Amino acid sequence: MAAAAPAIHTVDLTKRFGGTVALSGLSMTVPRGEIFGFLGPNGAGKTTSVKLLLGLLKPTSGEAWLLGEPIGDLGTRRRIGYLPELFRYQGWLDAREVLALHCELAPLPRSIWKEEIAAALDTVGLSERADDRVSTFSKGMQQRLGLAAALVGKPELVFLDEPTSALDPVGRHDVREIIRGLAARGTAVFLNSHLLSEVEQVCDRVAVVDHGRVIASGTMDELLSGTAVKVRVSGLDDSALTKLAAFGPLDDEGEHLTFTKLDIERVPELVSTIVALGGRVYEVAPRHQTLEDRFLQLLHEEER
Amino acid sequence: MPPVLVFARLTVQESSRRRLLLALVILTLLVVGFSAWGFQKITTVTRSDGTLLPHDQVSLITSQLLIVITFMYSGVLALSAAVVAGPLVSAEVESGLLLSMLARPVRRSEVVIGKWLGLAVLVFIYAAGSAALELTAVNWATGYEPPHPIELVLYVAAEGLALLSLGLVLSTRLSGITGGVIALVAWLMAWIAGVVGDIGTGLQNSALQNVGTISHLLLPTDGLWRGAVYAMEPDVILTALRAAGTAGRANPFSAVDPPPTAFLAWVVVWFALMLTLSVWSFRTREI
Repeated sequence: MAAAAPAIHTVDLTKRFGGTVALSGLSMTVPRGEIFGFLGPNGAGKTTSVKLLLGLLKPTSGEAWLLGEPIGDLGTRRRIGYLPELFRYQGWLDAREVLALHCELAPLPRSIWKEEIAAALDTVGLSERADDRVSTFSKGMQQRLGLAAALVGKPELVFLDEPTSALDPVGRHDVREIIRGLAARGTAVFLNSHLLSEVEQVCDRVAVVDHGRVIASGTMDELLSGTAVKVRVSGLDDSALTKLAAFGPLDDEGEHLTFTKLDIERVPELVSTIVALGGRVYEVAPRHQTLEDRFLQLLHEEER
Repeated sequence: MPPVLVFARLTVQESSRRRLLLALVILTLLVVGFSAWGFQKITTVTRSDGTLLPHDQVSLITSQLLIVITFMYSGVLALSAAVVAGPLVSAEVESGLLLSMLARPVRRSEVVIGKWLGLAVLVFIYAAGSAALELTAVNWATGYEPPHPIELVLYVAAEGLALLSLGLVLSTRLSGITGGVIALVAWLMAWIAGVVGDIGTGLQNSALQNVGTISHLLLPTDGLWRGAVYAMEPDVILTALRAAGTAGRANPFSAVDPPPTAFLAWVVVWFALMLTLSVWSFRTREI
């Protein structure tokens, strides 16, 4: 494939572990320079997908290409960065040495190591701890270090598997900025996450995966075109709630019911139905679907 | 630096920074100090008529004591190699340490061979360093030198290397504790099987002899240990052992002949097999 080949392209990528299907027929394309969010509940097959793409696991069937080359190609890995979900770095090295190791394995010319390492440390905010042993780092700092390791060598494609799992809100904000910065310089980012607000804030395009299958994909605008309606209500019993299922997927949070996809024209009908079922309505708030609404709606539909 | 050497360097660096080397150096110096004192005492032993033991007799006792001391060294080396090699790959897979490195343009064979190479260097340094110190101390205390010191170092190191290679194979699939324990038990079993083989030789029982031979082929540690023993035996002992016939061969701390060339050739093949198996096993492992 030519230089214009997409960052990631997969066709029916499937992975089975014995009788368990971890990933079933994943077909997707991630264009260059885009931030792609890969969403799904725990155990949906997100990390398996990343490991397949990186050649750490072998697919049972299907094909995939990274930057135009088949997965497993050694040369392509020079152009890729990876922050694993299970991140761990040599505790007996200091941060600078860990990054030097990644420069060496990348491999980058020794003449640019110093500059690359300094830039990566600065980006993740670890410059002042550069000469400290990794064993003295907090989990969040180790995750920042992992992010720095994924950034050395200016990769064309970066895989970030739950990159903020150990970070505080400030750290999460920083990571979002780093991801935007990567996209701005043309790097494609494959963001694996179950933190929906995080994905919603940075991603151009998302795919939702559940039980090893992609159940929806598209740009954010395409996915979030619907309306959700949140109702504050009391006096409804379980049978009444069952009847309200006619208005689409329902997220029941006690006093607050969220109809995650409901046409705005149906709101009056919804209110009159609730009243007829003996409910008392205090508040009705229609809004654009959030990624969480859409996500819950998709999983709800999937279960049915 | 090619990736294989990077992983070798990392392995040595890790042992050094985790103070494994320091611990071994301190313990070795302690043993050398105590044994030098002990050997020196041999030269002060007097006979019933009040005279000191003649030099030949001191050398004879020293040679036998040195074999026992060396057995301890070879044990330390074998145990350390098994304990370190057991988690060599598995611990880094389980902790996730290898994930980000394997996403680099690195072949899994380079990881395995690099780690083996790093530990092999440490095994040789320990074997050569501790032998140099111990033999110097013994020579200072008693004036005795074993007949083949270079071969002694090579056989002891090769024994450690064999345990390291076995531990590495296990480490590509099993957890560190399991791999380490299996390697240790295998080492002890191989030694005991060697003793059984000796008893078979003494009793001229071919079935028991075969136990020894087969164990030497499966795990050549005991066969290599016999090579180390042979390298430490002065001619006078060898002559006495040969004169004793089959009974002289029935002893795990003696060797009448050097290891046969065919066995040494098999050891080389065995190392190649272990490394090939490690590479294949790790290459086909899903991480």
